[in-house]
Amino acid sequence: MTGQFLRILKRELNLAFRQGMDSMMVVMFFVIAVVLFPFGIGPEANILARIAPGVIWVAALLASMLSLERLFQLDYEDGSLELLTLQPFPLELTVLAKICAHWLTTGLPLIATAPLLAILMNMDMETLSILLISLLLGTPVLSLIGSIGAALVLGSRRGGVLISLLILPLYIPVLIFGAGAIEAVSGGFTAKSHLMILGGLLVAALPLCPWAGAAALRQAVET
Amino acid sequence: MTQFSGTELICYRGGRTVFRGLKFTVAPGAALVLVGPNGSGKSSLLRLMAGLLQPTSGTIAWGGEPISEEPELHNQRIQYVGHQTCIKPVLTVSENLGFWSGIHGGGTDLILEALEMFDIGHLIDVPGQFLSAGQKQRVNLARILASPTKLWLLDEPTTALDVSAISKLEQAIEQHRQNGNMVVLSTHSGLNLSNTITLNLGQYAVGWEEL
Repeated sequence: MTGQFLRILKRELNLAFRQGMDSMMVVMFFVIAVVLFPFGIGPEANILARIAPGVIWVAALLASMLSLERLFQLDYEDGSLELLTLQPFPLELTVLAKICAHWLTTGLPLIATAPLLAILMNMDMETLSILLISLLLGTPVLSLIGSIGAALVLGSRRGGVLISLLILPLYIPVLIFGAGAIEAVSGGFTAKSHLMILGGLLVAALPLCPWAGAAALRQAVET
Repeated sequence: MTQFSGTELICYRGGRTVFRGLKFTVAPGAALVLVGPNGSGKSSLLRLMAGLLQPTSGTIAWGGEPISEEPELHNQRIQYVGHQTCIKPVLTVSENLGFWSGIHGGGTDLILEALEMFDIGHLIDVPGQFLSAGQKQRVNLARILASPTKLWLLDEPTTALDVSAISKLEQAIEQHRQNGNMVVLSTHSGLNLSNTITLNLGQYAVGWEEL
């Protein structure tokens, strides 16, 4: 079972590196979206530091959503998805491997870029560490929840827009507790409870989302 | 003797009943050829057999056990070739095949053998995007050779193939059957196979007036 999981993960990473600038674009979008705020609001350091957690988190949500459409779309178009559902192991495993690959190619680069943006937004070192921890717990949840949307929109035209409508409302809890953790620290409180809730979301999403995504994929190949 | 069979199958798709009361039996070493006019449900039946679709009513069974009870066990037995070739443009032929055969526990020697069988050994390091339609279909068929299973479900396998490739396919199917395995295929161009059973789906079609 682990062997099959790693085999699919390896294929997905291989495909991601060869066919695209996907993760590069996601990171660029993330950077540009955050950089727009100082231009729009003005370069006052206190205000930027005040809004930084929310801005970085919202930009991360949108950036991670950008690449979701392609999670299953290419496999759906070339027939690979049918074959993937016809393998001698649970489809949930395949979905989980694809989600892991999505996180490794989008979530992880976002986390790596976040310190740069934090400096740009005048965040201090203490809040930066909490930002990174909250992103580390939160971005996998984004990939997990997003996979359901990506599976549901297969076969529809304008899937990309539809995904945002389906998925963004579900991202709200992650946003609240992710940005909330940083707010708490800058307000002098502990972020422990926020981070624990984020961890709880991750633990709940880890089995539930692949299961729901696999169910949606079975629907998609039936048509 | 393990048989692959279906009884009293009804397939309802896209607002119409495609076929009704269909039954079939495939014994080890047998080949079932599905014929019938366009839209008579050949592809739907193959997808039912693969478990991609669920029948509206009726059961498909392997050795008496309905396949819907143990889908993963059924997946271990089948190789399905559909209308699409499942070839990733950015992966080479050997990477494309290696992934699928690896899942079924097939080795590199089987892949090489399968590629030789379809005369595409020289394409092994060519990325999928540079293959022609016929070459893609050859690779797709090599995929099922590279990971041996008991039942092949081939939906129009001769699409885009030239005469020599079709005769290679006939050879491959005969060899597969001699090892006691089964083949179900749909075709319009009449493959030259020995002792096939023909199932005409036209006779199970439901007239529009019966809806």
